[in-house]
Amino acid sequence: MALAEVPAVLILVGLAAYVVFAGADFGAGLWYLLAGPGRRGRAIRDFSYHAMAPVWEANHVWLIFVLVVAWTAYPTAFGSIASTLALPLFVAAVGIILRGTAYALRSGAPQDRETEGATGFVFGASSILTPLALGAAVGAIASGRVPVGNAEGDLVTSWLNATSLLIGALAVATAGYLAAVYLAGDAVREGKPELARAFRVRALAMGLVAGALAVGGLVVLREDARPLFDDLTSGAGLAAVLLSALAGLATLALVRAGRYEPARFSASLAVAAIVAGWGIAQSPDLLPGLTIEDAAAGRSTQWALLISIASGLVIVVPSLVLLYGLVLRGRFDPGPPTGQEPPQPQATRGARGLAPAAVTLLVAGVALTLFAHGIALAIGVLSLVGFIALGAVEFLRHETLADN
Amino acid sequence: MTTDLPAQLLAAALPAVEQEHLLEARQMQALSFAVHIPLVCFGIAFPSMVLLVESLYLRTGDEIYRTLAKRWSKVMIALFAVGVVTGTILSFEMGLLWPSFMATFGDVFGLAFALEGFSFFVEAIFIAIYVYGWDRMSPRLHLLSGVPVVVAGLTGSLFVISVNAWMNNPSGFRLEDGRAVDVEPWDALFGNAHLWPELTHMYLAGLIVAGFLVAAAYAWGWLKGRRGRYERIALAVPLTVAALAAPVQAVAGDWIARRVADDQPTKLAALEGLGTTTRGAPIHVLGWYDDGEVRYGIEIPKLLSLLAEHDPNATIRGLDAVAADDRPPVNIVRVAFQTMVGIGTLLAALGVLHLVTWFRRRRFVESRWFHWAVVAAGPASVVALIAGWVATEVGRQPWVVYGVMRTSAAVTGADGVPVGYATLVVVYVGLSFAVAWILRRLAQRPLELPPEPPPILEAHGAR
Repeated sequence: MALAEVPAVLILVGLAAYVVFAGADFGAGLWYLLAGPGRRGRAIRDFSYHAMAPVWEANHVWLIFVLVVAWTAYPTAFGSIASTLALPLFVAAVGIILRGTAYALRSGAPQDRETEGATGFVFGASSILTPLALGAAVGAIASGRVPVGNAEGDLVTSWLNATSLLIGALAVATAGYLAAVYLAGDAVREGKPELARAFRVRALAMGLVAGALAVGGLVVLREDARPLFDDLTSGAGLAAVLLSALAGLATLALVRAGRYEPARFSASLAVAAIVAGWGIAQSPDLLPGLTIEDAAAGRSTQWALLISIASGLVIVVPSLVLLYGLVLRGRFDPGPPTGQEPPQPQATRGARGLAPAAVTLLVAGVALTLFAHGIALAIGVLSLVGFIALGAVEFLRHETLADN
Repeated sequence: MTTDLPAQLLAAALPAVEQEHLLEARQMQALSFAVHIPLVCFGIAFPSMVLLVESLYLRTGDEIYRTLAKRWSKVMIALFAVGVVTGTILSFEMGLLWPSFMATFGDVFGLAFALEGFSFFVEAIFIAIYVYGWDRMSPRLHLLSGVPVVVAGLTGSLFVISVNAWMNNPSGFRLEDGRAVDVEPWDALFGNAHLWPELTHMYLAGLIVAGFLVAAAYAWGWLKGRRGRYERIALAVPLTVAALAAPVQAVAGDWIARRVADDQPTKLAALEGLGTTTRGAPIHVLGWYDDGEVRYGIEIPKLLSLLAEHDPNATIRGLDAVAADDRPPVNIVRVAFQTMVGIGTLLAALGVLHLVTWFRRRRFVESRWFHWAVVAAGPASVVALIAGWVATEVGRQPWVVYGVMRTSAAVTGADGVPVGYATLVVVYVGLSFAVAWILRRLAQRPLELPPEPPPILEAHGAR
């Protein structure tokens, strides 16, 4: 694989992660909206919301990852896509704001029933709107409707067409399917068999819908995006499609059997395989007439990007594993405190104040920042920061004295 | 790095287009920044305040600190959620509004956003572990889980500011047929002398804005008669942090101003309304720039030369050094700058007053006007923050990349910018109401305070 293609693979990996993780959060919003009335509906809404609460922000970052790698590694293609597809991307962005705000509203007042209707609708509707719009944008790129240039493509028909609508609908269905599978597993873990049954039914139903859309969609692609269809029905593209289909069927069987933990992985595999299939079908072109090779940034940018991503992943992957591990082991589930003993009070240090040190740092910092250069200037700035830190500690350790 | 394949020509910079709504596109971007930046201040500064309070809990075992840290952490994650989505809008707008800027220079500065993405990941992961981990892990481990949030807040602002610093003082590439070649991204982003003063200035602004805003809420409570021990601590922590940072900001401000004098003389001339290149240039306080000079202002002779070059007789380049269409709109830049400096000076004075009183008497200034001043300092600090960004960003005009690419060459060719702008205004108005409502609800939740103070207080509290 050429250096120029590595970021494209990373974009696909990021996109697959976004669909598998954040997609499920959007799906939870879908089930929130469709929960229905009454006590049962409320239980489904509360559960959908709580399951995504600790993870949705981290999951959302995969989208940022895709964007930044795209604009760094393939800037011309990014500029062309963002300008021609301004409308669906803007709609997705607005959907993201609305969903995040609705989420924050619920977290601000979890017991509040008076506003639940309105925020719940915004939350659910934006959870559908965002994957629909992003899917439509993907459909525009996949069907070759985004030419190189500043808003050179048709601002409407580029994303309002059969392929875009198909992929948008598939994105929504996939999100709902993934969410139902994960939520069924979470319900079993929390010992809520009634909810587990509810999500099992939803997982099976949405799995069938997603499967039907995928199969029926091949007909649409054959008419509307023939090159994409040809690549998906031959060679490596076909292999990815078949893998996805097999994993999808396996998931249905696992969900039917109530084995939700392995179903999480097979469902994710089904989705990731479709993303990979798109990548295979799209390659070697990024946009019509623009190959990945030609669109790529210079070598030093490519290397800098790869080094950054590699070092970033070294930190982020273990952190994500930690977060998901805590969530999947039920550590954040509602329940009595599981923390340990409260800390023993430590004798506070005596009157030896930090004030002289803080003042010294301030004087040195001001003098060096105003008049020095290079290393001495840097020391001056750090001294000023040190002054703020020491000052805060010095002042606030006397807080209790101020009571009387 | 370019090769001479014909296809490479296709991948060259997107050509400039006619966009009749350039001003609306700029305003839309500015609005999105103005909404996001106060939230960034909370991302930068609030986690350290929460951890400071929690560490007081670990040291004293006093439940009151734990209660405060826990309540603040709910505010922290709600504001973080809103910051996440408003920040995402900015990422989208980079491409939606300025595709030619991205297409031409994405490979120069994009790296910083990739690094920022990882900071964002770390922040999102550990803020969740911290907030959902209350009562779920040992107190010490819980405190530790908040540390990555503080670090990621710092590195995140470093990476984002590195892009802005590059736009103001671009380097690390060569322009060839409208395309950036010989790109050296590390050098462009981190070898830039503009970065460090700008980062320091913004970081301090984060401490000041978050500090005064949180303090304003509790000063308001004090005026309404909520003056218990819990409220005093909740006022003391943010007020002290902001009070320490506000005077230091003056020094950092001088540093960034001297960098601007070196790197962007036209911007400096606009900030001060200096029409003609002058030896021993003065500063005017207040007034209005008109036809090459400041009218109705209070003139302080030679001060600009002294501040910018540390020499009262130094020559400072005026606006007349560049062609008229290479100058920014002087009055917007100058009024914004004077607003920032004016408010910053008042905030520093308020901070010093608090610090001196606290140091000498170990208590707040016990007067209503002081608490009213703190209440006013919250919104005023936000005004100063926005004014500072207006000064630097409008002061960079007409360039998006200073001296290299005009903003008009960066803008999208797509229609419908005003529609997008109007939509965003509506969304942000709704967002503001939502945030106000969330904060109110969080504040109204009943306090879960321990019934009696633990013994350590009596040993410590007797004067």
